[in-house]
Amino acid sequence: MQIVRPAEAFPATGTAATPAVAVVDLAKSFGERSVLAGVDLSIAQGESVALIGANGTGKSTFLRCLIRLTEPDRGTIRMLDDVVTDLGAAELRRFRSKVGIVFQKHNLVPRLSALTNVVHGIQSRSAGPRTWLQALAPREVREEAYACLAAVGLEDRALQRVGSLSGGQSQKVAVARMLMQRPRLILADEPDASLDPKAGEDVMDLLLRVAREKGLTLVTVSHRLEHAVRYSDRIIGFDAGRVALDTPSAAASVHELRSFFSDRTAA
Amino acid sequence: MSMPLRTPGLPPRHSAPSAVSVVLWCAAVAFVVWSFAGAGLSLERLQRGIPALGNMLSRMFPPDVERLPQILWSLLVTFQMAVAGCVLGLILAFPVAVLAADNLSPHPAVKAAARGLIALFRTVPDLVWALLFVIAVGLGPPAGILAIMVDKIGFAGRFFAEAMEEADKGPREALEALGATRTGVIFSAIVPECLPSFVATSLFALEKAVRGSVILGLVGAGGIGVELKVAFDLFDYDTAATIIIAVFLLVLLVEQISDRIRRALI
Repeated sequence: MQIVRPAEAFPATGTAATPAVAVVDLAKSFGERSVLAGVDLSIAQGESVALIGANGTGKSTFLRCLIRLTEPDRGTIRMLDDVVTDLGAAELRRFRSKVGIVFQKHNLVPRLSALTNVVHGIQSRSAGPRTWLQALAPREVREEAYACLAAVGLEDRALQRVGSLSGGQSQKVAVARMLMQRPRLILADEPDASLDPKAGEDVMDLLLRVAREKGLTLVTVSHRLEHAVRYSDRIIGFDAGRVALDTPSAAASVHELRSFFSDRTAA
Repeated sequence: MSMPLRTPGLPPRHSAPSAVSVVLWCAAVAFVVWSFAGAGLSLERLQRGIPALGNMLSRMFPPDVERLPQILWSLLVTFQMAVAGCVLGLILAFPVAVLAADNLSPHPAVKAAARGLIALFRTVPDLVWALLFVIAVGLGPPAGILAIMVDKIGFAGRFFAEAMEEADKGPREALEALGATRTGVIFSAIVPECLPSFVATSLFALEKAVRGSVILGLVGAGGIGVELKVAFDLFDYDTAATIIIAVFLLVLLVEQISDRIRRALI
């Protein structure tokens, strides 16, 4: 059976000369344990990249280092016209506002409504009490948040508490919050990991569609190899804190990727 | 009959205590015995005390309701004092708690200062604060309100800070990752999550304030405590009985209501 690859059905449109992400010699250790041991990686504007690798090989740490949720020990990160590793606190906040991130856990506030959680996305651009709750938000912000919820197909759940939504729905609300940010680049750290296969696929479909529609770069960490193949243009394999595999997704098969894993774990 | 099989490697049921722990246990027991001796509590004293207590109780009943309107009025003032002091304390406790919380404090020195303040306000009893404020602002309810306020900053400050430290760090990180300010993170992610805990703490604080405010009157900080003291000073035990019953009913009522609210929230 021919696998239909959404990543091919909607090809990347960006052709900018300067890469969206350029990482040189990125290193990070936690105590004695070296997690990133000098990563060099360049990602083109509009490209969808999947990061794969066994647990503890540094994929998630790499992603977190990109926006300095984890501070790298060494190396340079250039992203969206900024040298991320050189930014001060205020500049870092401004930079982060341009990068949307979806985590493995949705990381929403369960006691608040879906709409309020999406409104929180506006905090990338403004601050103050009117960004704290949908009930306080200005009309145009409420409208935009509602449109973001509609974009993920959950406009009918706007006033429902996130705590009462399913895992898949919550993850979509997290995507809506990310859209509210109007990001220029999307990072996703195992967005499909805690979801059932169908919901995981829905979320991956959604992320790729959003990225393609707006011509955004998408960097996804995934343990589901079939998702890595289907939803990316390029697959990067991490091993022992370094890039050990870099292949176009169209040329990769789940079978080959599985052997990449088993070779490493056997070693 | 065959002997049961011995399992090699089975750990012993008990391990022998070390010499240090034996000494520490003996010291603890000796200290407890010494405390009873030091406090001078004896059976003979208890025997003498019981008839005196019985005599007082017999003079308390039936309670004298002649001054009931005055007592109820004082009780209302006491309750108002508790509510006002409590609300002021809770409002001020929040910023102090933010500065004292591990994950929110802007600087270790600020955190240490905020924690020191909370510890000071908590460890000094409210009666002592009342004595200080009576000297500072004079006799009457204002001193009581200030004493309750300070006590509640200490009480709620600690529990607010603990609740915020225990809040799920996911939502907070997500907002930080999208470039939100510290204030934004606190009010969008942390406060909504801690709200049930904040409300429960606030209701406990109110209960505590109502109970405490009765005592504050004894040192002149306003409310029904003054009435109680005067009644006892004049050996007017039947009026004192009325006051005690009134206080008991008020505290019971406040506890019942706050318990209902807490249940509804959880």
